[in-house]
Amino acid sequence: MSVAGPPTLTSPPIPIPAVTREQAQAASASEVKLRARGLNVYYGPRRAVRDIDLEVGANAITAFIGPSGCGKSTILRCFDRMNDLIPGARVEGEILLNGEDINAKDVLPVEVRRRVGLVFQRPNPFPMTIYDNVAYGPRRHGVKDRKVLDEIVENSIRRAALWDEVKDDYRRKSGLSLSGGQQQRLCIARTLATEPDVILMDEPCSALDPIATLKIEDLMSELRERYTIVIVTHNMQQAARVSDRTAFFTLGEDRAGFLVEMGATSEIFTNPREQLTEDYVSGRFG
Amino acid sequence: MSQTTSTKSTGAMRRTLYADRVATGVLWAIGILVVLILGAIIVHFLLASIGTMSPSFLFGDPSDTTVGGIGPVLWNSVYVLVLTLLITVPLGLLGGIYMAEYAGQGRIPNLIRLSQELISSVPSIVVGLFGLALFVNATHWSFTALGGALALSVFNLPLLTRLTEQALRAVPRDERDGSLALGTTKWQTIRHVALPLAIPGILTGVILTAGRIFGEAAALIFTAGVATPSHYDFANFNLADPRSPWSPFHSATTLAVYIWAQNSEGLGQFVRQIADSSAAVLVVMVLIFNLGARGLGRVLQRRATGVS
Amino acid sequence: MAATATIERGPIDRVMTLRERIDPARRITLMASAIVLLLVLLLLVFIGLNGVQIFTSSGIPFAAVFNTQWLPGDQFVSGEVSFGIFPFIAGTLGVMFVAALIATPLSVGLAIYMAEVAPRWARSITQPSMEVFVGIPSVVWGWLGITVLVPFLSHNLAGIGFTLGFSWFAGSLVLALMILPTITSIAYDAITSVPAEMRGASVALGTTRWQTIRHVVIPAALGGIATAVVLGMMRAAGEALAVQMVIGNRPVMPTSITQPLTTLTAQITLDMGNTVGGTPWNQVLWTMGLVLLLISFGFVLLVRRLSRSRQVP
Repeated sequence: MSVAGPPTLTSPPIPIPAVTREQAQAASASEVKLRARGLNVYYGPRRAVRDIDLEVGANAITAFIGPSGCGKSTILRCFDRMNDLIPGARVEGEILLNGEDINAKDVLPVEVRRRVGLVFQRPNPFPMTIYDNVAYGPRRHGVKDRKVLDEIVENSIRRAALWDEVKDDYRRKSGLSLSGGQQQRLCIARTLATEPDVILMDEPCSALDPIATLKIEDLMSELRERYTIVIVTHNMQQAARVSDRTAFFTLGEDRAGFLVEMGATSEIFTNPREQLTEDYVSGRFG
Repeated sequence: MSQTTSTKSTGAMRRTLYADRVATGVLWAIGILVVLILGAIIVHFLLASIGTMSPSFLFGDPSDTTVGGIGPVLWNSVYVLVLTLLITVPLGLLGGIYMAEYAGQGRIPNLIRLSQELISSVPSIVVGLFGLALFVNATHWSFTALGGALALSVFNLPLLTRLTEQALRAVPRDERDGSLALGTTKWQTIRHVALPLAIPGILTGVILTAGRIFGEAAALIFTAGVATPSHYDFANFNLADPRSPWSPFHSATTLAVYIWAQNSEGLGQFVRQIADSSAAVLVVMVLIFNLGARGLGRVLQRRATGVS
Repeated sequence: MAATATIERGPIDRVMTLRERIDPARRITLMASAIVLLLVLLLLVFIGLNGVQIFTSSGIPFAAVFNTQWLPGDQFVSGEVSFGIFPFIAGTLGVMFVAALIATPLSVGLAIYMAEVAPRWARSITQPSMEVFVGIPSVVWGWLGITVLVPFLSHNLAGIGFTLGFSWFAGSLVLALMILPTITSIAYDAITSVPAEMRGASVALGTTRWQTIRHVVIPAALGGIATAVVLGMMRAAGEALAVQMVIGNRPVMPTSITQPLTTLTAQITLDMGNTVGGTPWNQVLWTMGLVLLLISFGFVLLVRRLSRSRQVP
């Protein structure tokens, strides 16, 4: 994806070139990958997230933006049932993946998480070789054949734009010996190896330097062709740079997060419908 | 004429500074004193064993007429240690996994924690009595290595369980979540991510525990026996024969118990040398276990988190 | 780049496999951790049953056991038999308190030294020293006591009006050395967990280091230090061999710190091998063991109750 001139961190949001906007809208109009209906999340007695209704289109990048603490990560983690791991957390409402409710009684979290991957804020490679890191998911899912694993690992590393940097010693080198940006791409490769439908990213670049950030953003644009990506970011310019659609959340008076507005990224940033959205993207609060 | 604006008179200030210096001196003295005491104890036993310490002492048989050796009792110490570890390490590992990974705050986990504390508080002589009642009398075994190991397991099991639990809890949450996010089951995450990361800590703890077990005596007097063995026939591999040093049913007076027995029942003229040198062996073993655990812990830590 | 290797996947909505339903990992580990429950029960049963034998099967009355006269074998001499265990209980308490008295100033001082005063190189010596200290076996302490300490005491402290050898003091001194690392390490944890902000506030007001320690750190850590001392006392009460070797083994009520004495643990250690099972003398030893067991359990419950009440804000 080429953009006119290198973006800096302080430059205003760059309007997305028309050609990609149309592509994105066409793509997301064709298929709804994830849908949330009446989603409420409680931590104990306190409601953290209120009445969320949204749709995530296939083969597109959707960004969740909003001030910190408004529940963006919480909502993101509902999509792979990672909130199940928090004691006292309760999820109400429907979350549909390809039309199936992932919170249904017979659905095991393990199955959901195989189809929906998550990239964390801080890179968290396992203390194993690069190969073992990427092969971890397939191995646990039962793939034993060495040749099959080799192929999956190489493909995943290539798709994560890490191949050129590790192709000589990825079998021996520890995942922890990579730089921060490389580690994050390793984590992406690790996720890709499980062949997810959706990749969730929770502020994936916030622990990285600007150069590594740009590399990951480029990678996201490439990945969009095969995968559906949802990214939570507190960096508005990043959302404007990479995403096709954007959802803006904020905290209500009851301290619960809610969805203010969702639409094509270009619309949200240049011509939002809600005043709150206008205030946020122009920097008046948050 | 400027007024002094200090809130304290200079006399009181000088007193507090003086007190601070005295206190610092006292504290330093305590620190030095304690380290010196420890050093003195170690040196004392090392010196006292000069003249007696030799390979023939370490591996030879006890004797009525000369100083003799501690071979059989040394063997017993090692044997009972290994047997105890064989029993408690697997069980402690599994138990610790449950407490760290599956247990919540329910009734049963709380009862388990209470039980761990209760058993840890029991004096080892009472554990010895328990062992006597159960593993000697009730089973009609009489004094055996197995009975001793089982008695030691009574208070070592909660120890190792807690050790494992702590080591697992120290594994960063991010690593676990990373595995779960890839669609693995809880047990897979434990087995492939959490446990490997916890192993260095567990191993260090096991070695330190082994050091304590090696020196344990009170619980063994009434379970593994006090009688000095005269000679062990290591060629006898019949595990059912209580005379075979390989059998779990052989009566197993350990080195620590031997020292106590020498003190209370020893009649020969060499009691002093035998006991001094035996104590030196025990002290050296404690040093080896302790420093070994530390060193190993550091090496493993570097390998687990560092660059390959 | 199309991958020819794919991962098999069924529908998202499916029935749990038998393995998932049973979750053997959870069950097996639960059983392993529940063994301790069984052990506590077994302890109570076996020691309890044996401990009451003297009343149930030998028919000795309570009064004969709960008094201060220990005359277990005298039924053949004077006709009077008494299995009074109070001397041992008193002895245990006596050595325990004096040992705590001796050890606490040193331990707490050492903990303060390590936490507040010692430079890093000194800490790298004291910390391993504590670990080795704690690892020294009980028999070694006892042997050291008997070969070095007791002769030292009787040669050097005699002539001041009393002789001092195997005695209450010797027992407490050895115990003090044994519990020193225990108290030190727990007190150290308590002291280091005092928040840095508190110290900072005191220092910013222009106080000396000792003033900060004395007026801020120690009061804040007092609860933990008290726990440390209590745990040290518990360890002292339960110690058997080292005490037995230096205390003199005279089963009388404690009156003078220089007298030979005995404790519950020492007497059990001494007599168990020399008494015949089934005789009252043997049975009362089990009773003493039961007393020790109940004391230690009681201690744990008490400490738990105390720390729970302290946590209520």
